[in-house]
Amino acid sequence: MRMAGMSEFEAKDDVPAAEAAPAVETRGAHRRHTRAPERLTSLTHETVGEIRCENPFVIAENVDVYYGTNHAIRNVSLEIGKEEVIALIGPSGCGKSTFLRCLNRMNDSIESARVTGRITLDGQDIYSKDLDPVALRARVGMVFQKANPFPKSIYDNVAYGPRIHGLAADRAELDDIVHTSLERAGLLQEVKDRLDEPGTGLSGGQQQRLCIARTIAVNPEVILMDEPCSALDPIATARIEDLIDELSQDYAIVIVTHSMQQAARVSGRVAYFHLGHLVEVDDTDRIFTNPQHKLTEDYITGRIG
Amino acid sequence: MSRQLTAERQLGTRRKVEAGLHRRHRRERLFQASGMLATGVGILFLCVFFYTLVGNGASAFVQTKVRLDVEFSREALAPDGELDLDYADFDAPVREALHELFPEATGRSERRELNRMLSIAAGYQVRELLLENPALLGETRELWVPAAANIDMLHKGSIERTLDPALRPVSDQQIAWTDALLEQGRLATRFNTALFSNGDSREPEIAGIKGALMGSFYMLVVTVLLAFPIGVAAAVYLEEFAPKSRWADLIEVNINNLAAVPSIVFGLLGLAVFINWMALPRSAPLVGGLVLSLLTLPVIIIASRAAIKAVPPSIRQAALGLGASRMQVVFHHVLPLALPGMLTGTIIGMSRALGETAPLLMIGMVAFIVDVPGGFTDPATALPVQIFLWADSPERAFAERTSAAIIVLLGFLLVMNLAAVIIRKRMERKW
Repeated sequence: MRMAGMSEFEAKDDVPAAEAAPAVETRGAHRRHTRAPERLTSLTHETVGEIRCENPFVIAENVDVYYGTNHAIRNVSLEIGKEEVIALIGPSGCGKSTFLRCLNRMNDSIESARVTGRITLDGQDIYSKDLDPVALRARVGMVFQKANPFPKSIYDNVAYGPRIHGLAADRAELDDIVHTSLERAGLLQEVKDRLDEPGTGLSGGQQQRLCIARTIAVNPEVILMDEPCSALDPIATARIEDLIDELSQDYAIVIVTHSMQQAARVSGRVAYFHLGHLVEVDDTDRIFTNPQHKLTEDYITGRIG
Repeated sequence: MSRQLTAERQLGTRRKVEAGLHRRHRRERLFQASGMLATGVGILFLCVFFYTLVGNGASAFVQTKVRLDVEFSREALAPDGELDLDYADFDAPVREALHELFPEATGRSERRELNRMLSIAAGYQVRELLLENPALLGETRELWVPAAANIDMLHKGSIERTLDPALRPVSDQQIAWTDALLEQGRLATRFNTALFSNGDSREPEIAGIKGALMGSFYMLVVTVLLAFPIGVAAAVYLEEFAPKSRWADLIEVNINNLAAVPSIVFGLLGLAVFINWMALPRSAPLVGGLVLSLLTLPVIIIASRAAIKAVPPSIRQAALGLGASRMQVVFHHVLPLALPGMLTGTIIGMSRALGETAPLLMIGMVAFIVDVPGGFTDPATALPVQIFLWADSPERAFAERTSAAIIVLLGFLLVMNLAAVIIRKRMERKW
């Protein structure tokens, strides 16, 4: 993997000068919330809108991802704040899930995947050789598209993370973690009498909330959600969205979604991906009311996607 | 116009589909009938197989015995006043008892013919009883002693009475005596305990499968202890850890090929490596187990890999996403979920090993061994080899014992496969 420990400047050497030069301008703070003079319609390597944010916690710089010869993510830079919900939207195959999986190095498990560029978590390069993905994933939790509880009891599902990381000193403390996590995930009332029943016996929405409880039991700093509601009915979806809202006070949340309404409801910022490019990033209300890029507008109005 | 055309076409479709339905139904019936025919032929062959097997072998589970009033006489057993368990003539009291039943047989050759009606096991029985209870000396007891194999065969109807006396192994006189004993209620069939408590023997009525069973048991113990952990470890490494490279592909192809290598080749390998090079003892269950381990390893690896592959990737991702290391993912999630499949594969591998004959011929487990093996390095034979040995024997009585041994072997295979099914059903978890 080429990228480990590589500095920003080295990474830029690979980018043709013509493209590298305006990047500085785009990412300048003075461009914040200024309307582009002309509506952009072409797919360039430049992201319009504002990739920066106040109090950045996760910073991705010039990230490229290749699956074998397939160039899945092209030169994506994005900052994610400490207490924000950012939604990644875009048509299928645009690379939003791939980008998400870069943030906790889940792409490591795909053998042909290669990530270049630089991603830092609280100032620490997450692709550095010194950083064990195990330690990273304890800090960056993930909730998957399809609820995937372990075929174990509800209790063991939530207790698994604390157990492998040795977070609880004794049984009482573990009980406490499990109860608190289930409560925060809004599941405790429904399951408190049957913690020893299999987690796979719950309904789809309950399973997904169990997965969220399992994730927050480890006390992560960032939670990645990959289309967490795509298999749920509207009621279960609404519950998860409320939950995201509550959790956003304590965690940075990155959510991939195909639902524009969901992005509008839960997120503070929205990043629009298209064919591996990060086309536009901005505050949610701006994206949905006044998108600057033609592709973004086409997508949110339903013309593509 | 266009609407009319569409309606016409719709009608045309309906007619054509309906016209073709008859032909489709006929083809379907034909296909189903041929499938049923194939299944029926298979079941028929199976029935014929079991019918002949049980027909031939069932009689071996009983043994013809003769009831005699045996006097443990001091004159015959202890002429010097002291019973010598090594040299005393234990056959004498039994023969004496038989002679008393037929006092008319006085000639030397007649007496010999009469003696030949009893198995040499009768003498052993007398010795055993005296060993157990020395106080019997001088007493008289009613004993059921085993008849000789030929009388056994005659009684079971395996020897044709109408055959030319020169061509059958029992004389007219012996037939007459047998009938006389039967008439007196002194000849009957009893459960053949010798079949299960004895090792091999040249005398069919004494020969048993215990030695072969124990040999097979020790071999399977070695095989399961070696092949299961190695096979599972190899499967886990290849499936979960090994980088996907040309080497991994090469190893995979080779494992698949190894599963198809004729078993006798493994026997030659075992002979060359374990016996010639490593100087392990010949005919030993240890070496047999090693060879069978090599033989079953590919089967176990392939089954275990399939079981690991069947674990949904979402479970691995969930664990990885929580920060579990790859080893924790394997040991906490993949192995427990894959275990039923692995065990099934192992048991099926074991049942293949239990039925394997050819490689054992190469490492000397085909020897004639009378003693029941008591350990991993004792000379032993195995159940299928015992079947092979008995099938080769000329005595008529070994024919039914061959079938009986096959029945026992099939019984064990059935039990093992049943265990595999039960384990799979009981341990299967839903996700």
